[in-house]
Amino acid sequence: MTVSVELELQSFVLLRLGERRFAVSAKQIAELVAPSRVFRFPHRTPKLEGVILRRGRIVPVCDVSELLLGKKLTTRRFYLIAVRNYGSQKEWVAVPVSGECELINLEMMSASESDAPHVAGWLSHDGDVIEVLNLDSLTPGPALAAVKPEGPQVAEVHP
Amino acid sequence: MRLGSPAKSGTAKTEQIILFRVSGQLFAVSSASVQEVRSADSMSGAAVEINAPGIRKVRQVVRRGDRSLFIVNGAMHFGLHAAEGALLFVLRKTRTALLVDGIEKMTSMTRLQSLPLSFCHEERQWYRGLTALDQTVVPVVQPQGFLSPEELALLDSALVETDHAAAGALQETDPEP
Repeated sequence: MTVSVELELQSFVLLRLGERRFAVSAKQIAELVAPSRVFRFPHRTPKLEGVILRRGRIVPVCDVSELLLGKKLTTRRFYLIAVRNYGSQKEWVAVPVSGECELINLEMMSASESDAPHVAGWLSHDGDVIEVLNLDSLTPGPALAAVKPEGPQVAEVHP
Repeated sequence: MRLGSPAKSGTAKTEQIILFRVSGQLFAVSSASVQEVRSADSMSGAAVEINAPGIRKVRQVVRRGDRSLFIVNGAMHFGLHAAEGALLFVLRKTRTALLVDGIEKMTSMTRLQSLPLSFCHEERQWYRGLTALDQTVVPVVQPQGFLSPEELALLDSALVETDHAAAGALQETDPEP
């Protein structure tokens, strides 16, 4: 008897933070860019460093390494520009990473109830078990109920 | 995954802004929101000390007729290193006179991007949004964001107490008829 198992392969971007590897669904990734100047200004949201300018957009920079590794990255090679969902709205967020990224196709094991909220699932790759990150949980944002559609993200000014 | 590209402006409207510094940090405010620019010294003579619990950023108030203007220390409001402000912006349609280091320049902006939703704390009240000018990003302040209604209520009650104390002191120094 032959049992045929249909694998649900999905694309993931493997990223490196310090010594550890993590994955993010490729659907959530817009691009990988070289580090550029971070513009800082006063604010009170933890984990946000400031913003970068990318293709005319102002993109917040969120270092998730402290939450995942317990320390900040000492070297940054790229910013992974990911799409963050806020209810029905989507915005870019730049996540600093410390190494090359890789695109892989694998089947994801679902997260269990005991996993942290930032874990979307698990991948088995190259002998490692890798956390798939839920960026919506890992990066700051208002409570979903508080997110209401605003006007256009970039508007001509109206004094 | 791609998001819609930033809005393109055919006939771009511009807004005149004042770029100013607080503790070395650059900010912008709409010129239309600034009613007056005064040197801090010119106001100090008319200013009265005020002490509202929990509102360290306001130490002085200026009376103008039946209106009180609270002098907000910009550095303390934004949590920056304390700096001696040299200029005061009297902000239109508010009760705020904002103490700043100085004016960088006056210019105009054509685009104002909403503050990204990742910024989800008090800064959402502080800023109207962000603008890119000469390859730098500048937060554009919200004039109404310097004092919340709750802070204004606390300041008003502190002002009443200050007035009572001043009236009491005056009575004590008045010679008996």
